[in-house]
Amino acid sequence: MAVLQMQRISICALKKNRKAILERLQELGAVEIDIRLEDDSGYEQLDTAGYRAAFEKQANAADQALEVLNRYAPVKSSLLSSLEGKKQRDKEDIREIERHKDEKTAMVQQLLDLDKQIAGLQADILKLETQKEALVPWQSLEVPMNYSGTRNTRLLIGTMPATATRESVEQFIASKNPELDAYELDILSRDKDYVYLTVLCLKKDAAALEEVLRMGGFARPAGLSKEIPAKLQETLNAQVQENREQIAVLEEMVASFADKREELELVSDYFRTRAEKYLVLGKLPQTKYTFALSGYVAAYRAQAIKEELEQKFQADVELEEITEKEEAPVILKNNGFSDSVEGVLASFGLPHKGEIDPSIVTSIFYVFLFGLMLSDAAYGLIMVVACGIVLKKFPRMSESLRKSIKLFFYCGFSTLFWGIMFGGYFGDAVDVISRVFFHHEVSIPPLWFAPLADPMKLLLYSWLFGVIHLYTGLGMKGYICIKEKNYMNFFCDVVLWFCLLTGLILILLPTELFGAIAGSMIVFPAPLHFLGKALALIGVVGILLMSGRSSKNPGIRLALGAYDLYNITGWMSDVLSYSRLLALGLATGVMASVFNQMGSMGGDSVVGVILFIVVFIIGHTFNMAINLLGAYVHTCRLQYVEFFGKFYEGGGKAFAPFKQNTKYFDFKEETQL
Amino acid sequence: MSGIVWALLGAAAAVILAGCGSAYGVGVAGQAASGVVTEDPSKFAKVLIMQLLPGTQGIYGLLVAFLTLSKIGILGGGAADISVAPGLLIFAACLPIGIVGLVSGMHQGRTSVAAIGIVAKKPDQFGKAMLFPAMVETYAILALLISILAVSGIQV
Repeated sequence: MAVLQMQRISICALKKNRKAILERLQELGAVEIDIRLEDDSGYEQLDTAGYRAAFEKQANAADQALEVLNRYAPVKSSLLSSLEGKKQRDKEDIREIERHKDEKTAMVQQLLDLDKQIAGLQADILKLETQKEALVPWQSLEVPMNYSGTRNTRLLIGTMPATATRESVEQFIASKNPELDAYELDILSRDKDYVYLTVLCLKKDAAALEEVLRMGGFARPAGLSKEIPAKLQETLNAQVQENREQIAVLEEMVASFADKREELELVSDYFRTRAEKYLVLGKLPQTKYTFALSGYVAAYRAQAIKEELEQKFQADVELEEITEKEEAPVILKNNGFSDSVEGVLASFGLPHKGEIDPSIVTSIFYVFLFGLMLSDAAYGLIMVVACGIVLKKFPRMSESLRKSIKLFFYCGFSTLFWGIMFGGYFGDAVDVISRVFFHHEVSIPPLWFAPLADPMKLLLYSWLFGVIHLYTGLGMKGYICIKEKNYMNFFCDVVLWFCLLTGLILILLPTELFGAIAGSMIVFPAPLHFLGKALALIGVVGILLMSGRSSKNPGIRLALGAYDLYNITGWMSDVLSYSRLLALGLATGVMASVFNQMGSMGGDSVVGVILFIVVFIIGHTFNMAINLLGAYVHTCRLQYVEFFGKFYEGGGKAFAPFKQNTKYFDFKEETQL
Repeated sequence: MSGIVWALLGAAAAVILAGCGSAYGVGVAGQAASGVVTEDPSKFAKVLIMQLLPGTQGIYGLLVAFLTLSKIGILGGGAADISVAPGLLIFAACLPIGIVGLVSGMHQGRTSVAAIGIVAKKPDQFGKAMLFPAMVETYAILALLISILAVSGIQV
């Protein structure tokens, strides 16, 4: 249970060491740069925005080149490859890139150029295809499209609306200008919009005829060429073919870079790291010969960093405690079990200044409640095995992913445990299989009880677990109060509430209402009765008087106290909310038995067995997935709303160190500090 | 009508109403999720979880219907001879999850749509975004609880 102690580190050093110091800090990744100047006169800052943009552009170019490479020389990647995490490389490799960076950027450029050429050729092909398409209706034309005629004749080439036929056109011409009769009309082809035709006529009639035809909707095609359509088509085909061949050659060339993939990734990482460095560089206050830097560092690493910087770079390093006003970034540090819940915690909010890290308590309850909701031994076992294999096989996956998988690993154990307690193994699969296929029903009895047979019992236990969870939450609040030495708050907001709630529970337990739910009356001895009433009374009076202690006015004070008492309904709804433990637990079991039942409908035959296996696999995969999701969401909810609501606000800022913000590789450090 | 008809009607109502609610909820959430994935495919897993949240009502309906069916013996093959009064009781017991499932499923779907909006803009706020639809579900769970307790408590 710990938020790491942070310190402020301030470094002042000579400019000649600037590059080395920044690079070393970046490698260490242990300092979050946070520069606050009370007075910035006398300092100047480098304007690095331009450099940074250039580096980022180069990093992006390398990424693009990789994309191009992946398009033409794809790497096989399995579904699980996202779990692999970043590969590890030696630091020397990135220095190698730095030495040859011009060469490497040229290579990136070359790949991008190739891609551009391919894209250009593909665009050309598209253009050619459209041209070809436009030629199709003119296929049977035996003269070039721009052919106008012989010495005495004219050839009109064009389109008319699709409704036109030879007869209708001839009639139309006759009706408009009966003198025109020396012409030869040829319909070449027709599609749904147009009729494609040629009209051969005497030169002297040409103008008049065209005029008449125009009235009928005649239009000359655009883009006339000097070639005969059929021949032009062939040329176009040849061009397309040629382009295709060229593309194939270029693609081959791109693919030949396949062995350079890692180099490209290194280039991308190299430039990204540099861009990050320049971002920091631009923030540093500098004088003619010196520069300064300030930031947060985890206290346990601070001394080592200080010593290294002082010895290696003759820098002046100061360490200070964080002042009251500052809000230091948060790093959580927990044991191997509890750190698995840090992701869940972070998505609610990291501890705010002065708050404690609730990871340990949260992790215990998380695993406990999750198992209770899923409660199937077989599902639990699958979770344990699957997560265990993943954890073992992919040791280099990212930290946050590893933590989540670890969380499910532990939740699997809890699910296994509760499954055995409640007798759920793929629901009632054992019973169904033995009954249907072996004609002799065997069932594994639950170690505790079967929830479906006695839901009331589990409901009561759900509430009990809820009360324990909530009491722990209130206890955490008490712990915080005591830690801050705020004993008044501890007494009024925690102890009095404990009195009131415990008193109320003691009063409620022996009532008939509760007896009806539990199925048997609980009889308390008289002193316990009295104790319950006394505690409740102390609680009520105490809260009524003390809750509004911040107000001087006695009337307002009482009113505030009464209002706070009203919170008792909130506690009730919080406890009722734990009913979901029962509901979700039953949902898993019942859904599982629905699938088992469906599967067994084929009876005891070969077909029946096959049907059962298919339904079993599909059904239980689905059931497990949906109930895993349900258990995850609702365990989070119980933590966030009911539990954290009692003592935790969150809202802290995560530690974001200046580091090598790489995408593909991790670079080994020579010395771990 | 004999009791078994009422009981079966109850089971049907639980599955139909709650299923409709979930279908609507998962449907609208799915549309929003698809929109996010077209822009940023890497958010697929997160929005998928959001989409599935309103799906539970349908499962709760199924759960109650299944309990009812096994209670009245339809699942075992021989339907029990139930008189009208217990049949009506079972029908009434099925109503909470049916009706609350319908309404809460639809509203949870809309809340999921809004939560998907959060994930689209601020993926790191996933935990909080997930909480809003989960809040709606509480009422489906309460209804489920009453339905389960009532169905398992009725003597046939």
